[in-house]
Amino acid sequence: METKDKVLMINPEKCTGCRLCELVCAVKHDGSSNPARSRIRVMKWEMDGVYIPMACQQCQDAPCMGVCPANAISRNDDLNKIEIDYDKCIGCRSCVAVCPFGAMGFNSIDRKVFKCDLCDGDPQCVRFCEVQAVEYVDADDVAILKKQEAAAKLHATSHKVALKEA
Amino acid sequence: MALDRKIAYINLTTGEVEVKPIPLDVRRKFLGGRGLDAYLLLNHSEKGCDPLGPDNPLIVSGGILTATCASATARTHVMAKSPLTGLLGSCNMGGFFAPEMAWAGFHHLVIKGKAEKPCYIYIHNGEIEIRDAKNIWGKTTTDTQWAIRDELNDQEVKALVIGPAGENLVTFANVMTGIKNAGGRTGMGAVMGSKNLKAVACRGTMDINIAHPVEALEYNKRFIDQITSAKVNKTQGTLGTPFIWGATNSWGGVRTRNFQYNQCEYADDIEPEAIDEICEDTMGPYHMSGCFGCQVHCRAQYRIPSGPLKGRYDEGPEYTSQGAFGAETDTPRAETVLVGNHLVDQYGMDNLETGSLISWAMELYEEGIITSKDTDGLDLRFGNDEAVLEMIERICFRKGKVADALANGGIPASKTFGQNSFDYLIQVKGMSNLHSDERATPALALNIATSSRGSDHLRSRPAIDLYHLPEKVLRKIYSSPIPYDGPLSSEHTEYIGKAWQVFWQENCYMGVDCLGICKYHTTFLGATLPNFEDWPKVLYYNTGLEFTPEELWDIAERCNMVERLFNLREGLSREDLEKGDMINHRYFDEPCRRGAPDVVGLMIDKEKFTVMIDEFYEHKGLDKKGKPKAKTLKRLGLQNEPSHML
Repeated sequence: METKDKVLMINPEKCTGCRLCELVCAVKHDGSSNPARSRIRVMKWEMDGVYIPMACQQCQDAPCMGVCPANAISRNDDLNKIEIDYDKCIGCRSCVAVCPFGAMGFNSIDRKVFKCDLCDGDPQCVRFCEVQAVEYVDADDVAILKKQEAAAKLHATSHKVALKEA
Repeated sequence: MALDRKIAYINLTTGEVEVKPIPLDVRRKFLGGRGLDAYLLLNHSEKGCDPLGPDNPLIVSGGILTATCASATARTHVMAKSPLTGLLGSCNMGGFFAPEMAWAGFHHLVIKGKAEKPCYIYIHNGEIEIRDAKNIWGKTTTDTQWAIRDELNDQEVKALVIGPAGENLVTFANVMTGIKNAGGRTGMGAVMGSKNLKAVACRGTMDINIAHPVEALEYNKRFIDQITSAKVNKTQGTLGTPFIWGATNSWGGVRTRNFQYNQCEYADDIEPEAIDEICEDTMGPYHMSGCFGCQVHCRAQYRIPSGPLKGRYDEGPEYTSQGAFGAETDTPRAETVLVGNHLVDQYGMDNLETGSLISWAMELYEEGIITSKDTDGLDLRFGNDEAVLEMIERICFRKGKVADALANGGIPASKTFGQNSFDYLIQVKGMSNLHSDERATPALALNIATSSRGSDHLRSRPAIDLYHLPEKVLRKIYSSPIPYDGPLSSEHTEYIGKAWQVFWQENCYMGVDCLGICKYHTTFLGATLPNFEDWPKVLYYNTGLEFTPEELWDIAERCNMVERLFNLREGLSREDLEKGDMINHRYFDEPCRRGAPDVVGLMIDKEKFTVMIDEFYEHKGLDKKGKPKAKTLKRLGLQNEPSHML
């Protein structure tokens, strides 16, 4: 399948909170196990059993791109992603401050900003997530997949109601 | 590098902290995790030290692979001399603590002394601080963790904590992290309490560089695929461990009414499917969660569905809670199991020990050894749900004569209750058995009798023995990495060859405990899962260290021998009912009364059992009394212990 229209689709409900995505992301990109280096991070509300993976949305009108004073951030249409040109980046961290998802990180070991690059079309977080809380799908399909899931829930509920009435 | 992770010696009396590297030759002998902990315990404790005194070293660790790119390296291990047994204290838990400790720079902590007032240890990127805990002392396990996060203003902090039970020196108080991950057994929470140590909190962002990252990533994928494709793990990921309880109860392997029956009847309410339905109703269709890096995701989420605590969130219940607060006490009601599970999680006490001791007390009540006068009017009869929950509360806070005695552990309580109360206590080495009934399964009986921390299923249980695998399959598993051409039997009621299986499993489980990997990722419940043959690659890709499967076997055998040396030093002897490799007389005298046709009427044959122990000792290189032969110690390089290398 073409990668130019694909996006990460995150379904927090399915996330088990194991953080394997963080581990494999850091190892893939930096050869090091360290969540501080991961492009995807799982935020948790442990007393509610809620886990939400957060990653770059590769925004169409990306605030990081707009704010960058060095024009170091641009859109790569082939992979449908926002990327950083480290030759231009001055490390001002304006992009970190402006990202509404906290998806632009700053690595205090290497003193560099970093973000999801979709592993050049083979995102490891997706590859390793057995429960498919993170998927790599065609952008056009996201809405229909969400519709199917929501409809399945409605179906299950109506089935339960029908069973009770019977 | 994982091998850069350090060991810290923390003295709570003086406040001194010393940090050392872990030499490679120590790694090559003891690897890490539980194995190296055993070495540290033997070397840093004096014979006969008071388990609740300042000289008992509390050792906290992750495995050598913790937080590396290997599957499910979530396990934290805690070791000390046990206040419950007076022998080896050891517990192991999942969650996210050990990885955070590794990212904070440490693999092992040796905590000695006693703080003048309540404190907690905070470890942050190589720095160790002892902080005042006056504001968190008295809090439950989860409240403690959130209070520490708030105080440190960092929601990513992971902490290992005790609840009120540990503060009250309940000898089977556990240590906990997260909502339900518990280092349950042998009372390590009481050791923390005795040191005025409420918690160890960690936060780390230090790199663990992977020796061969590309290969590690690819091998990890293969490893995970192997693990998640096992049927047993698929089921664990759907129903959690309650499925084991359901399966075991169906053929008659669940202790009921202490030890009167081997199967719980009228248990529909706590069958795995019923528990799962509650999880789904209260938490939705995706209600399973996982420990660090694990794709088995066996932890169910639930809210208490009814009663005074309705709506409270917790995780589990594990199959041990179904046994502890359902079958053993003959209260097979979901609400009792779920509330009981929640209370022990919050108070920080071992669910297995708590349920077992309550059911023992119930049998004593039935026999008239304990009366309603002793219980301050509480009707401690089997089947009384309210009494079970009330007793959990009373034990934690040591309320009343019976609960206070139980809080000291089974053997001391038997001396308080007097008469023949000890005869009814289902324990080995002073630790109560879990809810399983081993009368029909000699291999499992041998396992609980010889386990280094007392009656337990996670040290050497050949669980796959129950699958009736063809002999050639058994032979394939059990003849590697060390050749074995002795007898093996597919029949779980047999005695033949079981000693070798227990010996093999003992080394296998020590292996994963040194690596820091969960037992669901090795030959425990699944016959197709990775073990010695697969571990060298994982170790090499992640750490760069080269081992053969045989070398890893030798390390596991060596570490198990170190645990035995500790126990022998502290008074272990073969036949001793309180401190020996011996099970309760009821295993030999009272036949199974329920269960599958081939189980009814079975009990353990004492003569055959004795032969099994002899064989087991022979495999381990012990003499008839259970002491290591000189040549065994030499073979394992243990002739000069304690050697004080670290």
